[in-house]
Amino acid sequence: MARLLTYAEKDTWIHRLSGVTKMIFFLLWSIVGMITYDTRVLVVMLLISLVVFKISKTEWKQVGTVFLFILFFLVFNLVVIFLFSPYEGEKIYGQRTDLFHLFGNYYVTKEQLFYELNIMLKYFTVIPVVLMFMVTTNPSEFAASLNRIGISYNVGYSIAIALRYVPDVQADFTKIRHAQEARGIEMSKKASLFNRLKSMAAIIFPLIFSSMDRIDVVSNAMELRGFGKNKKRTWYAGRPLKRNDYFVLIFVVVFCAAALIITFLDGSRFYNPFS
Amino acid sequence: MNPIIEFQNYSFKYRSQQEPTLRDINLKIYPGEKVLIVGPSGSGKSTLASCLNGLVPFSYPGENSGTLTVGGKDPAKTGIFGMSKTVGTVLQDTDGQFIGMTVAEDVAFALENDCVPQDQMFDLVDQVAQVVDIKNLLHHVPTELSGGQKQRVSMAGVMVDDVDILLFDEPLANLDPATGKRAIDLIDRIQKEKKKTVVIIEHRLEDVLYRDVDRIIVVGEGRIVADETPDKLLSTNVLAEQGIREPLYITALKHAGCVIDEKSHPSHIESMDLQPYKESLKTWFENVALPEKKKETEAALEILNLDFSYVTGNPVLSGIHFRINRGEMLSIVGKNGAGKSTLSGLICGFNNPDRGQILLRGEDIGSKSIKERGEIIGLVMQNPNQMISKPMIFDEVALGLRVRGVPEEEVKERVFETLKICGLYPFRNWPVSALSFGQKKRVTIASILVMNPEVLILDEPTAGQDYHHYTEIMEFLKELNEKQGITILMITHDMHLMLEYTDRAIVIADGKLIADDTPARVLTDEATADRAYLKKTSLYDLAVRCGIEDASGLTERFIHYERQVRSRG
Repeated sequence: MARLLTYAEKDTWIHRLSGVTKMIFFLLWSIVGMITYDTRVLVVMLLISLVVFKISKTEWKQVGTVFLFILFFLVFNLVVIFLFSPYEGEKIYGQRTDLFHLFGNYYVTKEQLFYELNIMLKYFTVIPVVLMFMVTTNPSEFAASLNRIGISYNVGYSIAIALRYVPDVQADFTKIRHAQEARGIEMSKKASLFNRLKSMAAIIFPLIFSSMDRIDVVSNAMELRGFGKNKKRTWYAGRPLKRNDYFVLIFVVVFCAAALIITFLDGSRFYNPFS
Repeated sequence: MNPIIEFQNYSFKYRSQQEPTLRDINLKIYPGEKVLIVGPSGSGKSTLASCLNGLVPFSYPGENSGTLTVGGKDPAKTGIFGMSKTVGTVLQDTDGQFIGMTVAEDVAFALENDCVPQDQMFDLVDQVAQVVDIKNLLHHVPTELSGGQKQRVSMAGVMVDDVDILLFDEPLANLDPATGKRAIDLIDRIQKEKKKTVVIIEHRLEDVLYRDVDRIIVVGEGRIVADETPDKLLSTNVLAEQGIREPLYITALKHAGCVIDEKSHPSHIESMDLQPYKESLKTWFENVALPEKKKETEAALEILNLDFSYVTGNPVLSGIHFRINRGEMLSIVGKNGAGKSTLSGLICGFNNPDRGQILLRGEDIGSKSIKERGEIIGLVMQNPNQMISKPMIFDEVALGLRVRGVPEEEVKERVFETLKICGLYPFRNWPVSALSFGQKKRVTIASILVMNPEVLILDEPTAGQDYHHYTEIMEFLKELNEKQGITILMITHDMHLMLEYTDRAIVIADGKLIADDTPARVLTDEATADRAYLKKTSLYDLAVRCGIEDASGLTERFIHYERQVRSRG
């Protein structure tokens, strides 16, 4: 059964990359994606993201729910921006072309639509990369490579073990949800959103308690087997950086530098097609 | 020879407790010995184990007096890390102790922490995987393995360290009987081949005795009550006095009026000298009454030709067909992963069958939602922590009624009534967190009972409970069944439970129903027991070896007799 947002073993060159490579790629990519409002750069980034996503053989069922969840926030974000600042586009691009009147003081302008399109693009350049990072990175290998680049293994291991317990907690969640539904707490679409949120408490509490039990056992088990004894440790799942890793790193650094240069060439973060 | 473990006048008190948990322990264990420690829960046997690996006093702080040396070291000075070089601990909850993403990583965990270079690690993991026979599983995810495989992985994980002492904390708690038998066999083999000292903490005495142990140490109320060879111990009454279940064949012989003699080697039924007891057992067999047959009543639940698969073409259950009568108390048994829990999920509506029907009092419930079914069929999960969602007992029990919009007056009345039935009325204003595990279990049962279900399904109601708590929970369920007329369905792999408390067992193996019969007959039929990963009861061997042909008859008489003894108190 494919579980949501967890590492799934597949054989693509993306899976074979070191976790650190993927993390650096993902961090730089997101930073550039957040800084730039240059539509040309964003479109190129979007295309690359989609290609990479395709190559990684990520399936819809692995990420679908999360994707929809983010999409919901995106729409919410766009609507809120419009409600609070309907003339942001005018301020940025220095002109105003009204398309039609909505209500009261709200006019839809060409510039505002273009501005919000850019925001949408930003979401879409980052989302595939984040999702892909989650499903193609083996947590233990990731912890090992974090340790290699000088981060304390305690940090690396905490991340790895958190990722590793995602499926277990998901399984617990389903079990608890079923039991609470049988007791009459309606969690299906029949109940209103508010009621569903309220009854989430009936699942969260038991989930926290059973997870606490788990943490207790695991920390004892780790200590009994000598975790934290030495300043260093070795890694069974560790992998040295390979040729492809260096290629990817060089590519992402060069690409990001170029993207930023193009973005700021005209002195602003925004690309202005109107002038 | 010097002892490898030595307690001298050792006492220990947890910081959070008033009374010492261990008092005046004097115990020597020699290298290469295999020792079993038994005792009811709360007796201090787990604390005794925690003293060996350093969890006491490092993870569980407290004060101790007297001396303890393990492999020449004092655990209280050496620390958990230092002790992990000498004592390898296999914890009770195998699921919880997996750390690595894959089996190989998990086995290598201790090596990683010791900074062993990667290529050496690969070799060592391979070697130890060979010993416990998990070589083909190295790249699997630990949590997806079967119970027996999981246990081997955890054994491998402590054996890579080449420890001298292997400590097993309730190794059988989560295993079905046949897998448990294999685990005991493996422990025995490793102890002999690798010359390790083995300490096993377990209350399933009969199952551990499947292979020889050198000594049994009985712990009661923090003191060592007995330290004897198995043969000697079984000829005394110490076990029964401490509330530990004796092997069934011993109890049967005692019922027949026999006095067990150490010289007859009572520790294994296969090799025990039964000559002195044969006649009394036969006489007893002829004189004890059989239980009366229960009359068939109307059907409570009917499962008709049920098929189910999570993935098409890979059936989990196929052609399941049976009927449960009103007021019955029956068990669904089979090995871990046979589809028992899936079946209860189908009955409760968590999943929908691919084919077949589920009838409740003759009415098809296929179209009913989980919530609607929940009003008639109550499900109690194995771990109470997975159900309890309110901090106060009253609120927790009232939850199901409140969400159904029952008026508050009526809620109060029904909750109090249910709490009285469950013996929780005195605690009605207590927070749930103040209760013991067994009491929490009662709270979860109460929170289901309050909705007046007709059928109660319990998933492993007694898992991880010692004999005392086991009896307490089961007697309570029996009372519910007899006095309230509730139909009770239990999913279990505990053979004692099915024998002692249920009148019928439905056996599922590999997704098919392979038997629907009295527990006594299921457990004396070798073919069925094998396929379902059950173990035939030792009463079967007792009957055969004493020349009683009707082995299931002996079992049934024994159970009937036991129940009478128990109801008399």
